[in-house]
Amino acid sequence: MPQYDKLIFELSSPGRIAYSLPEPDVPVADLHALLPAKYLRSKPAELPEVSEVDIVRHYTRLSQLNYGVDTHFYPLGSCTMKYNPKLNEDMARLPGFARLHPLLPARASQGALRLMHDLAAYLAEIAGMDAVSLQPAAGAQGELAGVLMIRAYHLARGETRTKVLVPDSSHGTNPASTAIAGYHVVQLKSERSGEVDLLDLERHLDAETAAFMITLPNTLGLFETRITEITAMCHAKGAQVYMDGANLNAILGITRPGDLGFDVCHFNLHKTFTTPHGGGGPGAGPVGVKAHLQPFLPTPVVTKSPDNTYGLDWKRPQSIGKLQAFWGNFGMLVRAYAYVRTMGAAGLRSVSENAVLNANYVMKRLESHYDLGAPGPCMHECVLSARRQKQQAGITATDIAKRLLDLGFYAPSTYFPLIVEEALMIEPTETESKETLDAFCDAMIQIAAETEKSPDVIREAPVTTSVRRLDQTLAARQPDLRWRPAR
Amino acid sequence: MRYISNTPAQQREMLATIGVASIEDLLARIPSGARLGRPLDLPPAMAEPDLIRHLRGLAAENADADGGVCFLGAGSYDHAIPSPINHLVSRGEFFTAYTPYQPEASQGTLRSIYEYQTMIAELTGMDVANASIYDGASSLAEAALMAHSVTGRDQVVLAAGVNPLYRAVVETYAEGPALRLRTTPLGDGATDLAAAKKMVSGKTAALVIQSPNFYGCLEDLTEAAEIAHAVDALLIAVTDPVNLGVLEPPGALGADIVVGEGQGLGVPMSFGGPNLGVFAAKQDLVRRMPGRLVGATVDLEGRRGYVLTLQTREQHIRREKATSNICTNVALCALMATIYMATVGKQGLRRVGELSAAKAHYAAERLGRIPGVRLRFGAPYFKEFTLDLPKPPARVVQRLLRDRILAGVPLRPFDRTLKNALLVAVTEKRTRDEIDAFADALGRAVA
Repeated sequence: MPQYDKLIFELSSPGRIAYSLPEPDVPVADLHALLPAKYLRSKPAELPEVSEVDIVRHYTRLSQLNYGVDTHFYPLGSCTMKYNPKLNEDMARLPGFARLHPLLPARASQGALRLMHDLAAYLAEIAGMDAVSLQPAAGAQGELAGVLMIRAYHLARGETRTKVLVPDSSHGTNPASTAIAGYHVVQLKSERSGEVDLLDLERHLDAETAAFMITLPNTLGLFETRITEITAMCHAKGAQVYMDGANLNAILGITRPGDLGFDVCHFNLHKTFTTPHGGGGPGAGPVGVKAHLQPFLPTPVVTKSPDNTYGLDWKRPQSIGKLQAFWGNFGMLVRAYAYVRTMGAAGLRSVSENAVLNANYVMKRLESHYDLGAPGPCMHECVLSARRQKQQAGITATDIAKRLLDLGFYAPSTYFPLIVEEALMIEPTETESKETLDAFCDAMIQIAAETEKSPDVIREAPVTTSVRRLDQTLAARQPDLRWRPAR
Repeated sequence: MRYISNTPAQQREMLATIGVASIEDLLARIPSGARLGRPLDLPPAMAEPDLIRHLRGLAAENADADGGVCFLGAGSYDHAIPSPINHLVSRGEFFTAYTPYQPEASQGTLRSIYEYQTMIAELTGMDVANASIYDGASSLAEAALMAHSVTGRDQVVLAAGVNPLYRAVVETYAEGPALRLRTTPLGDGATDLAAAKKMVSGKTAALVIQSPNFYGCLEDLTEAAEIAHAVDALLIAVTDPVNLGVLEPPGALGADIVVGEGQGLGVPMSFGGPNLGVFAAKQDLVRRMPGRLVGATVDLEGRRGYVLTLQTREQHIRREKATSNICTNVALCALMATIYMATVGKQGLRRVGELSAAKAHYAAERLGRIPGVRLRFGAPYFKEFTLDLPKPPARVVQRLLRDRILAGVPLRPFDRTLKNALLVAVTEKRTRDEIDAFADALGRAVA
């Protein structure tokens, strides 16, 4: 593909337009006649002046510089980059959903409220929770909501607990959300398998512990075998247990957080429930709770009356309050609802079984070529280490990621979890076929062979992308965060 | 099975390669006592045609802005959305990618975010904008936390005109760091700045002001900035960027942080989400900002390229010391806004503002002529205004639904003292005929 490095501003030409807006049809259209001058913009905003074809061609070309699930296998661990059904896109764009204002009377938005009510009930059933709020906009906001509910619960019982425990293998959002909720974060050691170190947990669990927050399966892709023991230990000390639901795709219909003793869990609808990742969102991060936390759910709560009408309940005196202006990322909720209704119970269980099968297949095919983060079998993702390649030829996880781009694949997550050296976290998801997995494994095996025979081809990668390796240091030292016209 | 690619034959082959007899063997680590011993209790799977019928049925129960004429605002607006936006953001390369962790394979997303940051900075009159927060309300909450961390102070003063739904979100985020929130009184539609001046002190981290405010009225940002800066507090301005084609940008009036709801920039209303949280700041605050930032750099061969930068602020590196917990944001909505701003362009955004304001003023005049109906406030307003009605607004809104007019937002649920108030928004899409029909219907409803 020929180089295309323009910014939209560089296509601008004074007087060129792409918009089509009506002529004024009201008597007074001059702003200066309507508003005091001090409120009006004195210098026009320098937005581009381009034609519609300029725009369409520019953004089409930009899109072609991206890898996405629709174009490439995208094994980004912990992100569940499964196929995003096109039907769900059509449904979210129905005018009855996409063109609906959030502040209409409930009577004028019954279909939307019913969809939310029912989706919340499905998610509660899937996670074994008693109630679900759909309001959090993403996983991190779900975490914040969950930890704030735990805080409100303790306070309502007259207990001021000060700390939350998280494993050192956790996602960065866990400690960050916990800190915003006002807690001191204590990081626990994990065992080499990524499993909770029960002795370390026991040492830190005390009357000051508000909660223990863990990911299940853990970030090494392993199911925590002693999970019910762990939740019982926490409850014995009056602590609540939070499940980071990023890895829920592994356990649908197999086991449920609520049944394992978790008090709270969030869902990433953009992971498990196929809503598209959008280049970094929007997602949706509903949060589910057990009955004892129900009074603290964010407001408003979607309710169903005995006469089968739906409404928003604002009278929740113990609620933690609101997380975003309206009711949740509704467009994402429509997509997730469509997905659950497409799959049904057997379909969702099959999702997890095939996600687990695919991850184990990749791990098996690669285990003699790379070190494993932990021995298998794994759940929905596997963690490899480039330790061996680094020792042999100085080839790092980053180098392998870049070489994969040249071989036609997006890269796994790298350097996460932090407890595995040179980590490569691979999550194939259930939507990929054996043929795709074989092609990916062949590429990984080729890279392992190149480490010994021709490491330079890895170090120099990528060479097929629109740009080669980028200077991150320059970007951070001399931040250039916006375009300015050449003087 | 739908959306699962492997055939039963392939599954058997793969199990053989792995060396186990069944998928069940792979799940052996899950203790049997921890298993769900029954199928999930969910409705049976639906085939595509049935699901379409079902969802069309649910959609049909809603009074959408195609079936009716929309005069609702209060943070979500029926601005026109140019056709190319949906076509372009629907390209799988954009909407099925994720956070650009591998910049070489994500230049499309990165370059468009850099364009977005540039346009938002230009519109708001600020130095830098981030790649987005969830919505206007959570952007404001993040700004309040940022002001707390920059100043080390723990009081935030909110102008009375700040959207009460936003104030509620700030309250939620204020719980952890124990920020103390105070709200100023409202004057005649605009904030009582004399009262605000008495409320701020050396303990104030930020003064928050919204313009146009929740009631549609314009605020004096210059004076608000002087009040905040006199006590070394930050001024946080809440704005609607779609208005900034014609309204003076908060950055030019002294704001230190500008946040707002970018939904009007080409994002569907979609029952209130996903929206677009706009966040911009002065240069000296950049290392305290929440969220992602894209920066320009060069590659090995000296070619221009873009990367996520200043990541040491972020949760995946700094964990509990990060400036925010945000990870996934609303990148695709930011892309919609970018394409919107390019499409309406320098002239069109001005035109959108002029038309919205002119039609709003026509509507206010027309509706205000109905006996018993009057403008509630005297302060200048922009595209939205507050009416007092002679009959309960909630009932009037129900009545007008029959005429397929989505009349506005009754304010009583937000403020008990405004029990007769209806908030009406008018965008460039509304025609004189629609406004006249609204006036006729309202006249009948309150007669």
